[in-house]
Amino acid sequence: MSILTKTILQRLLIGIAMLAVISVVIFLAVDLLPGDIARAMLGNAASNEALDAMRAKLGLDQPAIIRFLDWAGGVLHGDFGVSLATREPVSETISTRLYNTLFLAGMAASIAVPISLLLGIGAALWRDSKFDRIASLLTLGAISVPEFFVAYSLVALFAIYFPIFPPIATLPQGAGFMDRIDVLILPALTLSFCVIAHMMRTIRAALIDVLDSPYMAMAEMKGIPMRRRVLRHALPNAMAPIINSIVLNLAYLIVGVVVVEVIFVYPGLGQVLIDSVAKRDLPLVQAACLIFAALYLFLNTVADVLAIAFNPRLRFPR
Amino acid sequence: MRPSESDAALLRIEDLRIEVDKEGTWSEILHGVSVALKRGEILGVIGESGAGKSTIGLAALGYTRNGGRFSGGKVFLDGVEMLSAPTAILEKMRGTRVAYVAQSAASHFNPAHTIGAQFAEVLRLRTGMKKQDIARKAADLYAELGLPDPETIGNRYPHQLSGGQLQRAMIAMAMATDPDLLVFDEPTTALDVTTQLDVLGCVKRVLDRAGAAALYISHDLALVAQLADRIMVMRNGDMVETGATREMLANPRQTYTRELLEGLQTQRDAVFVPEPDTQPLLRLDHLSASYSGSEKVLDDVTVHVHRGETVAIVGESGSGKSTLTRSICGLLPPMAGEMLFDDAVLPPRLDRRQPDTLKRIQLVHQLPDLALNSAQRIGTIIGRPLKVFQGLTGRAQAQRVTELLEMLELPASYARRYPAQLSGGEKQRVAIARALAADPALLICDEVTSALDQLVAAGVLRILRRLKQELSLGMIFITHDMATVREIADTVIVMRQGKVVNRGSVHDVLNDPDEPYTRELVAAAPEMDPDWITRVRPNFNNRRRTGT
Repeated sequence: MSILTKTILQRLLIGIAMLAVISVVIFLAVDLLPGDIARAMLGNAASNEALDAMRAKLGLDQPAIIRFLDWAGGVLHGDFGVSLATREPVSETISTRLYNTLFLAGMAASIAVPISLLLGIGAALWRDSKFDRIASLLTLGAISVPEFFVAYSLVALFAIYFPIFPPIATLPQGAGFMDRIDVLILPALTLSFCVIAHMMRTIRAALIDVLDSPYMAMAEMKGIPMRRRVLRHALPNAMAPIINSIVLNLAYLIVGVVVVEVIFVYPGLGQVLIDSVAKRDLPLVQAACLIFAALYLFLNTVADVLAIAFNPRLRFPR
Repeated sequence: MRPSESDAALLRIEDLRIEVDKEGTWSEILHGVSVALKRGEILGVIGESGAGKSTIGLAALGYTRNGGRFSGGKVFLDGVEMLSAPTAILEKMRGTRVAYVAQSAASHFNPAHTIGAQFAEVLRLRTGMKKQDIARKAADLYAELGLPDPETIGNRYPHQLSGGQLQRAMIAMAMATDPDLLVFDEPTTALDVTTQLDVLGCVKRVLDRAGAAALYISHDLALVAQLADRIMVMRNGDMVETGATREMLANPRQTYTRELLEGLQTQRDAVFVPEPDTQPLLRLDHLSASYSGSEKVLDDVTVHVHRGETVAIVGESGSGKSTLTRSICGLLPPMAGEMLFDDAVLPPRLDRRQPDTLKRIQLVHQLPDLALNSAQRIGTIIGRPLKVFQGLTGRAQAQRVTELLEMLELPASYARRYPAQLSGGEKQRVAIARALAADPALLICDEVTSALDQLVAAGVLRILRRLKQELSLGMIFITHDMATVREIADTVIVMRQGKVVNRGSVHDVLNDPDEPYTRELVAAAPEMDPDWITRVRPNFNNRRRTGT
């Protein structure tokens, strides 16, 4: 068995175990929260009898372990249950929301990744130059400012002062692809701000590490032109850390969108999570958390697999 | 040597000055050196580290290390001035006319590409040579250099080759474009003695065949003497003297050159012979150890060390000599065998040992740069074991630090310095002082001089000899260098692949080895005689030196 397949299989097994643990933890955490969905639905004025009736109707009178096993059994059969609040199937709510979230993350990534690559490679090649310093200063500045501040500043600037883009990201019925992009420019920019700095700095550091190595000096002493030295000699060796950083930031883009979705009133997975926690809508919370966790694990595995693929030492052990 | 061209200088370096950036200010490290090299000539460049020999070698390619710059002078390679040449010309010259062979091939090969791809790169870039022809040429060179599987070894990645193989592959890569000049920068320093001998032979053979000129840089005069037509001695960025090899060895004009030559002559006290019926300080009987649990790295090793005795453990990399120190120090508990220290059983695991036992066995590491905390002052570094093992603090501790520094012939003022402010030899002496601070009975020295220059190493060895007698220490001295063994050892144990293959007093083992592997090791240690290599490897024909 090659190292790659072995790693993938290993990660798959670990991933499943992790997801099982995560779902237990989430279940317990939500169970421990004060209040319940019956109270959330009927309000504070509801009588105890009404609350009990509601709980019985929702199956909340069962012990936690039974409810968990019930839910887990459903999940194993591909059924995430129905939302306690809306009675709609969870999978339906989640799938449109997931698409929305992935779309936003994808858009942010397609802005952030090329910019960070350019800035990071440039900063490494022209180390300690003006370019390097300015790029470092700007990206560090961007990362030090909280997300909501960036978001509101962008809104103030590009939606109110210069009304180019809409201030909120609600999708009208039957919105087309271009409408979606137009609406999502500001949220995507906000997200990019947060990840560019980190990606750019890891790319810079990884590349500098490689550029300083003796084999780069050797390439220069072999008379290899600069372009080829960077592309053929430096980049393949810097690839593993660069990919690692990019993929982990992608994971952040997906998982870390909550604040941005709330600010821009964007119907993504993060908002679902917040709403359902507020309502103690357990099936929705569980499903959203599991998806976040699964995505995170998946992207981590992708990062590890790519790191192996780019490293001959790991691909061809002695 | 081609006679018609022999007068024209291939390389002419004129009054070359190079500066490096030291924390913001430029300081000169090469102070106006001039060298000329004829076609086909081999010039040996020797000197200690920091003498500027690598700097001058790189300058022949118009290259300075990061943080360096040319501040004066000219470098002509076959008429082209390398320092002012435009990038395109410079790259072409570097690719085709002059090539560099680095000390550490392992770090100078790109880990992401195969050996063959790196061989082919310049040829593909600079000549119209076809892929099959390049592969043919590579395989021929690999075969000439004695690499295994010459047809397929090019498909391997650098990490799949051993150090000696990589060094040969690097020589092959340098020869790829048939350059007029090769710069060898300590190409054998990182290798085992027997491997060094083979690689040296390879260098000689390809240079002879190709008729290429070479700068051969080394700190080892005896090695350079085997190859070079002429030798240039450098010190502190200046040329000390230059002359034909035999003449310089026979009749060195400058004091420094004489010192270098004499540094290798042994001048030592009587060899310690333990009283037959005394108990050894350390007794390792039939020790076996393994990292994996199955493959034995130590196999039935027996070592006895008496007080006042230095036992040298000799062997090449992979022989298990460092593993032995790990077992003695409790880092790798042996699978089998017995360890007795001072007539008491030595617990195999570090965490089972009493503080007093820990204190009495001290280790000095090969690389002081790694072993000394660069963020602490020397006084703190030496003071720590004084506090832990002797309970000394304040004035008493400072007093003892001073004594220890003086014992190692270092000024007391060094206590306030940081390791970075010391030279390599001084740092190693600090590391020894730290070991002695614990007041040990047994001192284990793991290749403590192999990273040091010859004269500096000789100084450290002299101090160790003196201390061993004054303090009546038992000493285990791990080394791969036979000259060092001759200087320091009373008893020699030769190890190979985890087994002891030979043991005896230093005289018996070195002067009259009856065991074949020991004989090979002893024979591979270079002697200060230009004919030595032809004597030990008669098939290296000496056409160059005798034919011209």
